[in-house]
Amino acid sequence: MTTPMVKAEEVYKSFGSLEVLQGINLEVAPGEVTCMIGPSGSGKSTFLRLINHLEKLDAGRLWVDGELVGYREKNHRLYELKDREICAKRSEIAMVFQRFNLFPHLSVLDNVTIGPIKVKRQSANEAKDRAAELLQRVGLSDKIGAYPNQLSGGQQQRVAIARALAMEPKLMLFDEPTSALDPELVGEVLDAMHALADSGMTMVVVTHEMGFAREVGDTVVFMDGGRIVEAGKPRDVLVHPQNERLKNFLSKVL
Amino acid sequence: MSTSSESGPNSETHSATKPEIIKAVPVRHPGRWVAGAVLLVLVAMAVHTLVFSQTQIPGQRGSRFGWSVVREYLFSSLVVKGAEITLELTVVSMLAGVLLGVLVAVMRLSKSRMISGVAWFYAWIFRGTPVLVQIYFWFFIAALYPHITLGIPFGPSFVTINLNSVLGAFWAATLALSLNEGAYMSEIVRAGIISVDEGQVEAAQSLGMRRGMALRRIVLPQAMRLILPPTGNETISMLKTSSLASVIAVNELTHVANNISAQNYKTIQLLIVASIWYLAMTTVLSIGQYYVERHFARGATRALPPTPLQRLKRNLRYVRPQNHQAAHP
Repeated sequence: MTTPMVKAEEVYKSFGSLEVLQGINLEVAPGEVTCMIGPSGSGKSTFLRLINHLEKLDAGRLWVDGELVGYREKNHRLYELKDREICAKRSEIAMVFQRFNLFPHLSVLDNVTIGPIKVKRQSANEAKDRAAELLQRVGLSDKIGAYPNQLSGGQQQRVAIARALAMEPKLMLFDEPTSALDPELVGEVLDAMHALADSGMTMVVVTHEMGFAREVGDTVVFMDGGRIVEAGKPRDVLVHPQNERLKNFLSKVL
Repeated sequence: MSTSSESGPNSETHSATKPEIIKAVPVRHPGRWVAGAVLLVLVAMAVHTLVFSQTQIPGQRGSRFGWSVVREYLFSSLVVKGAEITLELTVVSMLAGVLLGVLVAVMRLSKSRMISGVAWFYAWIFRGTPVLVQIYFWFFIAALYPHITLGIPFGPSFVTINLNSVLGAFWAATLALSLNEGAYMSEIVRAGIISVDEGQVEAAQSLGMRRGMALRRIVLPQAMRLILPPTGNETISMLKTSSLASVIAVNELTHVANNISAQNYKTIQLLIVASIWYLAMTTVLSIGQYYVERHFARGATRALPPTPLQRLKRNLRYVRPQNHQAAHP
């Protein structure tokens, strides 16, 4: 059996007295698209942030590509990873944010090339060629010299996807990538993500787009109250939900 | 539908002819005219007394303000040298102050209590005491520490520096102004850094950037927009604060002006000479500030407003074709 790209075992996380995650168990196989749905505050985003070392987990174990997240285990003891090691791991995991978080002081091209040049030490020319190719892939070749705030939300998010792809990640995390978009701009971003899924990228997508989850997701995970309540094939989870809370949730969003 | 109004998506709902342009009687502002007239009289009085009134000192002739004396000293070598030293004091202290400010601001934001505590203490001391006192302090510190020794703490020493010979008036003043400026700049830089959205750091981190790189490449360039205007302010303020160095006999502009007037008693004239230089230098600095701010506004505004020079050029371009048309009706 191949190593799962993401594996979570009894993952707990709380902020102060607020228990956000209460025992998450999940496996994401390489090349698979996992869509996480659920009401806001259910811990979906926090789980994504744990995978990318943006938060530290309190209990349980989390692996990415067979390697423990945040710690090194030696002789049954956990050692915290150094900043340098965490950064190296992060550079292999890409993240797309709800609010795009493009760098406003850099042009579209520089947004896409800054990671490869500064972190992966690619040559400027190589990075530029690759960026041009990626921007073409998301349909933004003509915006290469523009600055982020000259673009629409949908265009900004597609640049963010190109920026993430430029790092040649083995795993991509999407944190509600279309929630901040005007309804008519959602489609262009979902199309780009759909194409990405078809190309075999491993993706974990937190989303409220049930259509996308049904069409593109290999697995749909429903979270509520810091737990995974139901998980399975999209048509099982979305069309024949077993759990009452899921039924209730779906009746509101569909 | 008429063919005259095919532009615009709503043209069907509008009538075919556009109503005539409104020509209304404008509101009168008599108050403005009265205020303008009063100000005009005041300006005329000021110009008269500055330029045309004669000296009241018995046995002397010439204008009351002694403009010939001002003209005589404005470009005298002593005064020009003084202006040079003022500029040097300002530039060196400002550069050191900004570097120190960035360092202390980053220290203030450190997760280590010790580091942020030291940074806080530094700002507390140097913002909390008068610059004048600090200038005296660094000038007389050599009395406390005639020699400074570099080496291993509590261990052997390698180099010994004679502080009396190194820390002359100029460098004592520079040190005082730099340390004082660093404290103020640290607050300005800190405000700039915390104004940058947290998502920017997260995006940089998720690309695998380390904290230092994210700060340098992502946070600071964006913080610059907020940091620059108060920094320009500080620079202009520094130009004038540097005059305090005259108390320890640094030969800067104010000290030179004081020295000359101590000999010829033309106090007001030399103060005017010094003021003209200060004004000229602050003007140049303000223009520089405008262009630096413009540079860092990239990406923050959709289109940069034209510079005054560009606006002038564009206006000239407008004027010419109109004249051309007027010549050939």
